[in-house]
This record gives sequence, structure tokens and C-alpha cells, in this order.
Amino acid sequence: MTVKIYIPRDAAALALGAERVATAMADEIAARGLDATIIRNGSRGMHWLEPLVEVETAEGRIAYGPVKASDVASLLDAGLLSGGAHALCLGKTEEVPFLKRQTRLTFARCGVIDPLSLDDYRAHGGLRGLEKAVAMQPAAIVAEVTESGLRGRGGAGFPTGIKWKTVLDAAGARKYIVCNADEGDSGTFADRMIMEGDPFVLIEGMAIAGIATGATKGFVYTRSEYPHAIAAMEQAIEIARAAGVLGASVLGSAHAFDMEVRTGAGAYVCGEETSLLNSLEGKRGIVRAKPPLPAHKGLFDCPTVINNVISLASVPIILDKGATFYRDFGMGRSRGTIPIQIAGNVKHSGLYETAFGLTLGEIVDEIGGGTASGRPVKAVQVGGPLGAYFPRSLFDTPFDYEAFAAKDGLIGHAGIVVFDDTADMLKQARFAMEFCAVESCGKCTPCRIGSTRGVEVADKIAAGIEPEKNRELLADLCNTMKFGSLCALGGFTPYPVMSAMTHFPEDFSPAPVWEAAE
Amino acid sequence: MNIQLPRADVAERTLAIVGELKGLEGPLLPILHEIQDEFGYVPDECLPVIARELNLSRAEVYGVVTFYHDFREHPAGRHVLKLCRAEACQSMGGDRLAERAKALLGIDFHETTPDGAVTLEPVYCLGLCSCSPSAMLDGEVHGRVDDTELEALVAEARR
Repeated sequence: MTVKIYIPRDAAALALGAERVATAMADEIAARGLDATIIRNGSRGMHWLEPLVEVETAEGRIAYGPVKASDVASLLDAGLLSGGAHALCLGKTEEVPFLKRQTRLTFARCGVIDPLSLDDYRAHGGLRGLEKAVAMQPAAIVAEVTESGLRGRGGAGFPTGIKWKTVLDAAGARKYIVCNADEGDSGTFADRMIMEGDPFVLIEGMAIAGIATGATKGFVYTRSEYPHAIAAMEQAIEIARAAGVLGASVLGSAHAFDMEVRTGAGAYVCGEETSLLNSLEGKRGIVRAKPPLPAHKGLFDCPTVINNVISLASVPIILDKGATFYRDFGMGRSRGTIPIQIAGNVKHSGLYETAFGLTLGEIVDEIGGGTASGRPVKAVQVGGPLGAYFPRSLFDTPFDYEAFAAKDGLIGHAGIVVFDDTADMLKQARFAMEFCAVESCGKCTPCRIGSTRGVEVADKIAAGIEPEKNRELLADLCNTMKFGSLCALGGFTPYPVMSAMTHFPEDFSPAPVWEAAE
Repeated sequence: MNIQLPRADVAERTLAIVGELKGLEGPLLPILHEIQDEFGYVPDECLPVIARELNLSRAEVYGVVTFYHDFREHPAGRHVLKLCRAEACQSMGGDRLAERAKALLGIDFHETTPDGAVTLEPVYCLGLCSCSPSAMLDGEVHGRVDDTELEALVAEARR
């Protein structure tokens, strides 16, 4: 029987040499005349072990990693095809503690299946949600999603079902489903992993959203920085269309739904939903004032559902297993699971899907294993460039929308970036302002001007010019930006700035050392 | 890629690209991406053609081109090296790596080496935050880039 060897095609694995490993493996298999085939899967999310090579044996899948191209010959010598012992052997993949402790609902298939095999997708529970949806009334689908407690995984945490109901109830000859895959936050890669590792789940989720709201056309708006995700999504859409999952008759039903991928052009602000809609329409990515809500007047002024990749990719399992199944995970008003992305200066980096409720300390110290540099953790930025920096003293904060908000932070798209004690928090605060100045769409004054003034004030503090007065000025400026900006870019930039200043005041005191260290 | 074509050819190719894509809903970004793929940048001569074909003003088209970081108004070097400058990469020494890249190439960000070989660009997140610092050379991704790998990337780009 042909042995299956899995070597990821995920961009993180590729960045660490997976292509070279796959080539070396193919060469060795041919040279040795072995009966084995290589499947290019997505990533399991254990990125410190990438490239992670797996082999299917009678006992299950056995993992090896991190594998270099130069390890391939010795792996085969050690009997890789039957799961032989080797210094890089990690044992059964499912038993690796990092993976075993997770609750994989949205990412159940990611890294397991061949991302572009619809048969594989079906064999692992795919399309069951859509099959149920085509037989349901739209209002019943919306009710199921509402009941599940699913909230927008892009960061805002707005209940998905309520958004869908608004679009379902809105009058319009044409409606759209827009998937926000403009994952620009540093520290996040969950959207990319789904698009590269299980693209059909996003297609299925969007088709369900279409049927639930009466929309017949969908767009995935993603980033030009994600060439592998774009290619995978485009191929998956072609396959789904050819198999009748998309098209004039979704799974043979009376519902029509089709979709296409659109690529942004390097503007961070286009991750803001109204700016994204303008960009899709071919305009400058300028933020729109709300109201009108996109659900009433969205893309081309038509009623539009705009959801994050992970929100949409979580819908199929909700329809398949029921709202109660999903809602039973989590805490408080944060129901279900969340794919936490552990990144930056951390030992065990990767994606960890779990129910809401773990504390930040458990995530960073236990799951992440502390810093990669081995130095103490100084700060953790949660929620991307617009998220707050948390010190160790707040490590008891549970991962939950409300708990983070109560500590003047946000979970955003659930990215966590760990910094060791060499980080200079004034420099990080300055960067937040600088980033906002570079990426501001320019529509509202607090964001456009405030961010530039913020950089200048941070520079004055660093230079020791009237530090006390300038710290007050920076706080005042943050207040203006927070309450006066039109969207989250200007409105949330104060989070990293204020949290850095509040929790790490020592870095905001003029010390001649700072200049020397620079 | 970055071949300087005569004006008439640019207009003609632009017309063909616009003709191919104008049926899309919201065709301007796909058209601009295609033009940049074709010429390596968005030549000025394209703008009036696009404007006329899409029934937009030249100012509107110019406004879109200049809004997005991706669209170049001038050709890039033969190779483009992008270094991630965002927080996750900062936490793993991205700033120091950027300084090293600038020194190796003798240029700053947004500049091209005098021999036209390499353009150095900042990028804010490649989604490789779990293997930072990261870089992209001509669309190929690289993670956990250290000094040795950076030197190899620069050498490769200079060839």
C-alpha cells in the first residue's frame, strides 16, 4: 500500500524550508524506489516544529520535526515510512501536548487533510453544515447562528447572527457576503492558515451565509502579502464550482451562490470594514461614516454581510453539530472557541484553538513556554498593533472579550506578541503612533494629525524635553484620538500607547541611557 | 519584467487589460494589479486610458493609485526584498536586521541599489509572526531570518 507522507504547504512551513524538504523527499523516494506519496497539507499550527513531516501508519500519524532537507535521507534510513525511531520523532501527532490540549472546531481539518481535495474535505466532515443549510429556511439558519453565541472573530466581537438577521430582513434585489481576509495585524495568521490549510471550510461558511441572508455573490478580500493563501483560495473556488458546491444550484438546491477572491494593495486600513468595501468597489480605501450600516447599505450600496474569515469558517460546524454544541464551549458572553495565535519572542509559537477562558499567563508561560530568547517576559501585546501591552501583573486576565475590555485591552483577532525584557516600551508606543500615521486613510483629523503629533511628542519624551508636560500631552492626545476618530485605527491606537505608558512608566522617564542604547 | 516600453505600446496593452477586466464588479484594483504585473509599475500613460474606459476622472484613478502602498509610480529593481517591520518581528530583532540589510545594500527603505538589482521595502506583516523576523524576496517567504540568511538573501538578490 502506498504510504502517505505529509509535508505542509503553509507559508510558515515554506518560510522555514518545507519546499526544500518536499523536493528532497520526492528525490529520495524516487531514488530508493519506495511506494510512498507526498501530500502537501496545511499546518498543524506548531510552528516551532515546522517543517513538520508526518507519515501515516497503522497506529496513526507520526510526526517528525523540525525537519531540514538534509535530514530526509537519515529519516528514510531510520524507517520513516513505518514511523521509525529518529532523533526528530515526536511520536503520534495527536499526542503532542500542544495539540492534544486544544479544542479544534474551526481548525479541525487544518493540517490534517489535503487542502485542495474535496473528497478529503467530505471524508472529514466537510459540507455537512451546508447540506443541512440548503434544506432549512433562511430564518432558521440565522437563528442557529445567533443561538450559538458566535461573535465576530475579526476583533469587534459583534454577534454574527444579529448581523445576518439585519441583512436577511433588509430589502434588496442584490445582497453580498464579503469575507474580511485582510489580516494585517502583526501577530495574527489564523485567516492565512485557514485559507491555505482548509479553504473549503471558508467557502462552505460563505455559501451558508449566502443562503441564510439571500445573498448570491461573495467576495474574499485578502492581502497581497498572502500570495499562497490567494492561490489556494482561487484553486479551491474553482474546484468547488466544478463540483456544484458553488454556482447556480448550490449542492443541487434552488439556491445560487458564487464567489471570487479580491486582492488588496498594501493598505492596513482596508481591514476596517467600510474602508474594505470602498476598496472592493475600486475606490481609495477611505473609511465610511456609520450609519448607514453595511448590513443596510454595504457593497455597491446593497445589503452586505461582512464577516471575518474565522467567523465564517466557524459556521459550518455550528450548522453541522448544532448551536448548543458550539455554545457549550467558552465563558461568559464569549462562547465557542478562539484560535489564539502565539507569536513574537516565544518558545512554542503557533496556533492554539481553545475555548475562551484561559488566562493570559497560561497562554504565554505554559502553552507558549516563555520567551524564545530565554529572558524574562516583559510585555505581551494582545490584539495586533491596536491592542494593549499587558505586563506580567495582568497575566491573570482570562481570554474573554469582556475581561480584556475591563483591563483597558482587547483580544482583537486573538494574536499575542511576546516581548522580552529588552523591549523599550516608549519605542513601542512611538511605533504605534508612527504606524497609525503611515496607515491613516486621512478622512478624520484625530487619526490623521493626531498620530503625527503623537510621534513628535514621544520623541520629545525620549529626548527628555519637559517629560512630565509631554506625558500629559500624550495622554490628552490619546483621549482625543480614542473618542474623536471615525474608526478603530485612530480610535484604538491609544490602546498600545496608553498601556505602555501606564504599565511601564519607567520607560517613559527621561534617562540618558535610552539615547545611548538607541 | 520592468521593460520600458514606448508610450503607444503601454496605452495599447493597458487597453487590452482594461478590456479583459472591466466586466468585473469594481474592476479598478484588479486592473491596477494586472498593469503592475505587466510593467512592474503603474506608468503614467495608463491613467488616461483607464479613466476613459471606466468613465472615471483621471484624478480619481490617480487618487486610487497613490492611496495603496503596493502600486509603484516608478519601476522597482530586478529583485524586491521586503522586510517585515511590524511588532512580532520587532520582538525578535527585526529593527537590527533592517539596519543590517540597509548597510549590506547601501540603501534605505524604498530605495533601489544603483545597479538596479535590488529594491528594499518595508512590509507590515507577512503573517509569519510565529517565525519572526520574516522577509520576502520576490514573492518567496523566509522565516527566522538571521544574519547568515540575510546575507544569503542579499547575495541572491544582487546576482
